[in-house]
Amino acid sequence: MIVAERKTIPELVDILRPHKNILVLGCGTCVTVCLSGGEREVSIISSALRIASRVHSLDFKIDELTIERQCDNIFIEQAVEAIEKADAVLSTACGAGVQAIAERFPEKPVYAGLNTTFLGILEERGVWTEKCAACGTCVLHKYGGICPITRCAKRMMNGPCGGSREDRCEVRPDRPCAWQLIYKRLKDISQLDRLNEIEPPKNWNSSLSGGPRALIREDHKI
Amino acid sequence: MNANNSEPVIVAFCCHYCAYAAADLAGSGRLQYPPNIRIVRSPCTGRLEINFFMKAFEAGADGVLVAGCEEGSCHFKEGNYLAKSRVNTARRLLEEAGLEPERLRMVNVSAAGSQQFAEYVREMVETVTKLGPSPVKKIIRKDANKEQTGAIQ
Repeated sequence: MIVAERKTIPELVDILRPHKNILVLGCGTCVTVCLSGGEREVSIISSALRIASRVHSLDFKIDELTIERQCDNIFIEQAVEAIEKADAVLSTACGAGVQAIAERFPEKPVYAGLNTTFLGILEERGVWTEKCAACGTCVLHKYGGICPITRCAKRMMNGPCGGSREDRCEVRPDRPCAWQLIYKRLKDISQLDRLNEIEPPKNWNSSLSGGPRALIREDHKI
Repeated sequence: MNANNSEPVIVAFCCHYCAYAAADLAGSGRLQYPPNIRIVRSPCTGRLEINFFMKAFEAGADGVLVAGCEEGSCHFKEGNYLAKSRVNTARRLLEEAGLEPERLRMVNVSAAGSQQFAEYVREMVETVTKLGPSPVKKIIRKDANKEQTGAIQ
């Protein structure tokens, strides 16, 4: 899922200061699961903004709405009336959702209420960790299902770097060394010989280095 | 008491299994404590969400007291620990929004702790009185003649 975290209330107040009627628009998909931008968080952010508005005499009028998915026009239609009534929209979706709303309403200021941080999973209650960089050419099959691009701080395709201490990353000692994990996993699935192959430099064209990406499926186009 | 006088209004979310029973016992025992609290009974403090506290402040509460079971004796095992971390998060959020975090406090009381409950209420009233009326409430008062605000009374 896409993981995001809330911007601080002073940051949001600064962003919204020029506006009066504000719609806080939540998204019911990834950001609901990562507890940053769903219906409950929209309620919390809206309350905090109302309190801040009264404390700082800003005269915000905050409305709330959460739709199932902000990155999909079919669901955006459910928010048309509320968005049209507002002077500005504070979207608590990921960056894709914010831009989808902004594209659908070209004359409406649309702001991001969250910082979209990474593609990850729920590791344990309240802890999310990054697992995928969406680089466009997946190499997971070569590394026992552990991504060296995302989980190795040095993005080493031919590791390890030799700097790990007690199986922990030397850059982020709170995280495990990805190459330790790769070695252990390949050993467990009897594929250690994969490490004898030298991986050539990765072509980053399929990642952001090649510019904004688009996926076109001719078989689904109308 | 209403939003137009200077007495602080404190919303007290009390766990059914401990603090609510302690408040009840305080009443039965005719213990005196300030009449500034508005008790909301909850099945467990673990049921309380951050937006419950935020809504109370938004509606003009000067303070919010969360009273749960003593640590280690939650009827649902970990409800009071959940509440503790939510209260801490809400305190940071209130500070970001410009309210003093001291206006929100969590305490732990046993069902037999009527004296302790009364003492916590006194402390909370004292803290909130020192801080003065919530700035949110002042605005609600200004608007009170214009429209129905849903302010806590």
